Amino acid sequence: MKLLRFTTCGSVDDGKSTLIGRLLYDAKSIFEDQLEAIERSSERRGDERVNLALLTDGLRAEREQGITIDVAYRYFATPRRKFIIADTPGHVQYTRNMVTGASSAETALILIDARHGVVEQTCRHAFISSLLGIRHLVVCVNKMDLVDWSEQRYLQITSDFLAFVSRLDVAALTTIPMSALEGDNVVTRSEHMPWYDGPSLLYHLEHLHVGGANNHVDARFPVQWVVRPQSESHPDFRGYAGQVAGGVFKPGDEVLVLPSGFHSRIDKIYVGNREVDEAFPPQSVCLTLTDDVDVSRGDMIVKAGSPPTSSQELDVMLCWFSDRKKLQPGSKYLLRHTTQEVKAVVQEVQFKVDVNTLHRIADDPIVAMNDIARVKLRTAKPLHFDRYARNRVTGSLVLVDPFTNDTVAAAMIR
Amino acid sequence: MDKRASYTLDHLDQLEAEAMFVIREVAAQFENAAILFSAGKDSILCAHLAAKAFWPSKIPFPLVHIDTGHNFPETIAFRDVAISRLGVRLVVGSVQTSIDEGKAEEETGAGASRNALQSITLLDTIEAHGFDACIGGARRDEEKARAKERFFSHRDEFGQWDPKNQRPELWTLFNGRKKHGENFRVFPLSNWTELDVWQYIKREGLELPSLYFAHERPVFEREGMLLAVTDFLKPTDKETVETRRVRFRTIGDATCTGAVVSDAATVEDIIAEVAAARITERGGRADDRRSEAAMEDRKKQGYF
Repeated sequence: MKLLRFTTCGSVDDGKSTLIGRLLYDAKSIFEDQLEAIERSSERRGDERVNLALLTDGLRAEREQGITIDVAYRYFATPRRKFIIADTPGHVQYTRNMVTGASSAETALILIDARHGVVEQTCRHAFISSLLGIRHLVVCVNKMDLVDWSEQRYLQITSDFLAFVSRLDVAALTTIPMSALEGDNVVTRSEHMPWYDGPSLLYHLEHLHVGGANNHVDARFPVQWVVRPQSESHPDFRGYAGQVAGGVFKPGDEVLVLPSGFHSRIDKIYVGNREVDEAFPPQSVCLTLTDDVDVSRGDMIVKAGSPPTSSQELDVMLCWFSDRKKLQPGSKYLLRHTTQEVKAVVQEVQFKVDVNTLHRIADDPIVAMNDIARVKLRTAKPLHFDRYARNRVTGSLVLVDPFTNDTVAAAMIR
Repeated sequence: MDKRASYTLDHLDQLEAEAMFVIREVAAQFENAAILFSAGKDSILCAHLAAKAFWPSKIPFPLVHIDTGHNFPETIAFRDVAISRLGVRLVVGSVQTSIDEGKAEEETGAGASRNALQSITLLDTIEAHGFDACIGGARRDEEKARAKERFFSHRDEFGQWDPKNQRPELWTLFNGRKKHGENFRVFPLSNWTELDVWQYIKREGLELPSLYFAHERPVFEREGMLLAVTDFLKPTDKETVETRRVRFRTIGDATCTGAVVSDAATVEDIIAEVAAARITERGGRADDRRSEAAMEDRKKQGYF
């Protein structure tokens, strides 16, 4: 069965948790004991009807405040597909969670309250999704029941949204009018909106084609761990374990090891103890080479025909996560990229982006929590990378504060 | 036809690749890691994936069993066979020892369980052996607090989880950096569901303790759950014992793990049963029923 990972973004009151609750409920992925538990708590809270949002708001503080504060992962399957949902909060102060949820997603659901239309955070969600390389957006115009199922209202909202999104790199856009509360167009087609002839949300998610998330062209294998059993049965075995980050590797392929520059050939490829005849993303495999070359964690095995960029200078779009510290020119961090960790310094903050208008802010080099900025970094030794738009694995990195060990930023290489 | 279109993995292969990556990352980022092993299906799966991740080397971690002393005998027998087959070291942390040493106090009354005490023994075992990362089989689909867990879950020097202050986890860049005395719990099966686990068990032909399969056993009903009669758990005068055909969906402490009435005698039967199930697997666990946030509270204290 195929797997689809998607993220959901919407503001506190757009009904995002209700939508997910509805999707799970109508797809029969909510179990009786879960339903009983939320029925009990809905009753205790005095809610008028069973509050499906309580399914995803798992933490005590979330239930108390009626908001989602952290990424929650949800799972469901239909006979056609298995789904992983990263349910992320809409509040400004949780932009970092939205970025987190979007980093592993192939498509994003953006919720719009039909009464309020396209608001600042709708734009922010669309911008962040496109920044994180999500090229399929699904816009859920929710709460249609509260605008009398008005086609005119729906068309106004979709046209406002299209006007904004035309400035972003989005390949495919689908808009669906719905009422998550009533279940209209979530799993089953609505009877209230005969003017809409598109699919329900679930049907769309089941049939969406998202083949492009992995790069199958440029062969990339960041070495994660060197397997050297030195046992009686395998005295001389030397294998390189890792997850294929791009391209296709086959026994016999000529490869280049970075940074050493050694050339060799792939001898064998294993998944566990099973020999396979090719490896492609995102498989976790173990490679052996025909030559005894020096390879260790952090090195990258590639094919010589399409090598990655090797440089100590990085030009990135960065999202800052920390509320305790700010980023500015001269700040130093530990940078994690594939299986490497190196020291890095901020050379220049070129501009910050107003995520609501997409305007550049050029005169403020201090990057604070939830800011998105174009930044130049310099690393202590060369990294081997691709543009994020070309490869999400070799084009992404995080910054770690060397004093607190917190992950303080995520960045996409330009 | 575009050859590239065929380079897709089915969901089990994707989950396997992700879990193996996470397990290898533990070996690379930590010095003294361990696998928490209860002989339940999820920890059996973790050990299997670790064996695959490092083949032909042995798993570079010991297996740690937190023993409540209230085990089904099948569990211990299975554990010992698994240890010798994998050729790894076994570390046992004993709840009974924690009680004897006065570090933990036994609950009393009809619903008494050693479940919560496991956290004390677990944290003591982590400290005594200096483990800096413990791999566990917990899954996000199990429970609502777990749905918010990271793959690499940071614990402070008291072993506590701070759900509001978790490190952002992006792409496959896992940050295992820590200060002295702090440690990590790592959950390679985060994205698996119960059904995925069973489908994978079938595909890989894994052996499981017999408790998972339908068998005849004397049980009694308490708070809507079927509990097995054991040396540690006896019915009260008002509860009646009858022999029924049951199996267990999870294997925990014998005093709080409920059985389900079932005829599922093979992995195939179980897959069919799980696919049709309308109760979550933890719906049979008394430990989760204590309050709405029971799991969140236990996790903050250092539970698995």
